[in-house]
Amino acid sequence: MVANMRYLKRRAFNQLALVFAVLLTGIALLFLGWILFVLADKGVRYLNLDVFVKSTPGAGIQGGGLANALVGSLLITLLGIGIGAPTGVLAATWLAEFGARSRLAAVVRFVNDILLSAPSIVIGVFVYGIMVLPMGHFSGWAGGVALAIIALPVIVRTTDNMLQLVPSQLREAALALGAPRWKVTLAIVYRSSLSGIITGVLLAIARIIGEAAPLLFTTLGNQFFSTNMSRPIAALPQVLFNFALGPYSNWHRLAWAGAFISTVFVLFLMILARVFVGRKH
Amino acid sequence: MPRIPEELTAPLIVTGKPEVKRPFAAEEYGPGTAGIKHVKDPRMVVRNLNFYYGTFQALHRVEFEIERNKITALIGPSGCGKSTLIRCFNRIYNLYPEQRASGEILLDGENILSPRRDLNLLRAKIGMVFQKPTPFPMSIRDNVAFGVKLYEKLSRSQMDERVMWALEKAALWDEVKDKLRQSGTRLSGGQQQRLCIARAIAVKPEVILLDEPASSLDPISTLKIEELVHELREDYTIVIVTHNMQQAARVSDYTAFMYLGRLVEFNDTDTIFTNPAVKETEDYITGRFG
Repeated sequence: MVANMRYLKRRAFNQLALVFAVLLTGIALLFLGWILFVLADKGVRYLNLDVFVKSTPGAGIQGGGLANALVGSLLITLLGIGIGAPTGVLAATWLAEFGARSRLAAVVRFVNDILLSAPSIVIGVFVYGIMVLPMGHFSGWAGGVALAIIALPVIVRTTDNMLQLVPSQLREAALALGAPRWKVTLAIVYRSSLSGIITGVLLAIARIIGEAAPLLFTTLGNQFFSTNMSRPIAALPQVLFNFALGPYSNWHRLAWAGAFISTVFVLFLMILARVFVGRKH
Repeated sequence: MPRIPEELTAPLIVTGKPEVKRPFAAEEYGPGTAGIKHVKDPRMVVRNLNFYYGTFQALHRVEFEIERNKITALIGPSGCGKSTLIRCFNRIYNLYPEQRASGEILLDGENILSPRRDLNLLRAKIGMVFQKPTPFPMSIRDNVAFGVKLYEKLSRSQMDERVMWALEKAALWDEVKDKLRQSGTRLSGGQQQRLCIARAIAVKPEVILLDEPASSLDPISTLKIEELVHELREDYTIVIVTHNMQQAARVSDYTAFMYLGRLVEFNDTDTIFTNPAVKETEDYITGRFG
């Protein structure tokens, strides 16, 4: 009888916990849905061809689009991932394959975790100090480097985790055939975890493409269409920031459209990432 | 349905007159002592081998010989060091910095534990098959060709021939000949293990190490692997670790019994199973512990 009471109490507690969990999940989803709904509602309304082909309008000017910001974002994101992905994957390769359980690897992982949670504005100010000030002007290069520094720890973390998931028996089996370490890493370990590594890179792109804070200190922004990476360049998040705070309703409309585009793009990356993960299992 | 032979199901019966065996004495070790026999034509000679996982010593002064073109089985209870010992023969433990061995393992008179030894060449000469099947994430053909490509430059047709030869040797050809492009990871467990054996044979090693190759397989697959091992004896020197005593009795020519990190007894398989010299060996093979 005592055991029975205990069981009933446990079952009641279980149900209570379940109700709470469902309730809180609902609240979290409510806000997510709300944001997406407002974004889609306003964003689609202001979306038109001009948004993609015309450059950002000056103060008080009607019309215009986001072409310069979209192209600028694409360029600096490519540069950021172009630097961040190879560096991150190689760093993670050292961590998982060669450093493994060494003291140094533990330190690198710890530092990487700190970098992972560093406020992006701090990274912006850092790049401002090491690139913008010495060069004497804002530039797309500086923006790309700032984004690379943000992408780096994300890629290191995911790649490190993915490589560690590769069973050590697989490495042993390849080594036992007389394969050198580099060959084992390239032909066996990377191949086993390729989908995971690509997923990590996609998540890093999703992370940096929405960053505005570091760009305020590096790319600055450019009202005109430019692909010159040595000069200030426009980027979508930074344009959104400026336009949303600006006093003109035309700017507000473009900001909504831009926010929608950038959300849809991130959504697309996430779906792509899921497809890659799904392909593995 | 293949018939399961009686040896697989029948309990092991130890014949021979009951006598009081002498217990194992740790001071007494090495070939020529009461428990450890010399072999006629040694391919590998193990001398004073000690092995350490960090500060833990897993092998103590192991000494014995492995005969050419014979099958030597390593048996003993869990944790006795039999896997550790076989992992010394191709120095696969070198992957882990905290593991180290001292002493000598001579292969054709040269010490493979020497730090100057080229590990890749050594491992091309001494193949290994592991406890769990480890197909690489690539096609069946590429799995077999992987090791070959490392050391030989073969034309496409030569490679096709080699792949077929290895798969036939491993008794897998008939089952996979129509799906060589399929991923090796999609085969069944028993097929995967035979694929791993084919992969090890394909590079034409001289010695093959088998670390409990059938322990994760069903009885039918186990039987296939055992038959295979028996046939491979013609061309290779084979060392097999097994925790299954019937398996050791069935497939091997020589058996080494290990206990608590020491090599307790080494002799012809028949002698070990019918008339062991040491009490611990007898206790183990009669099922009194382990």
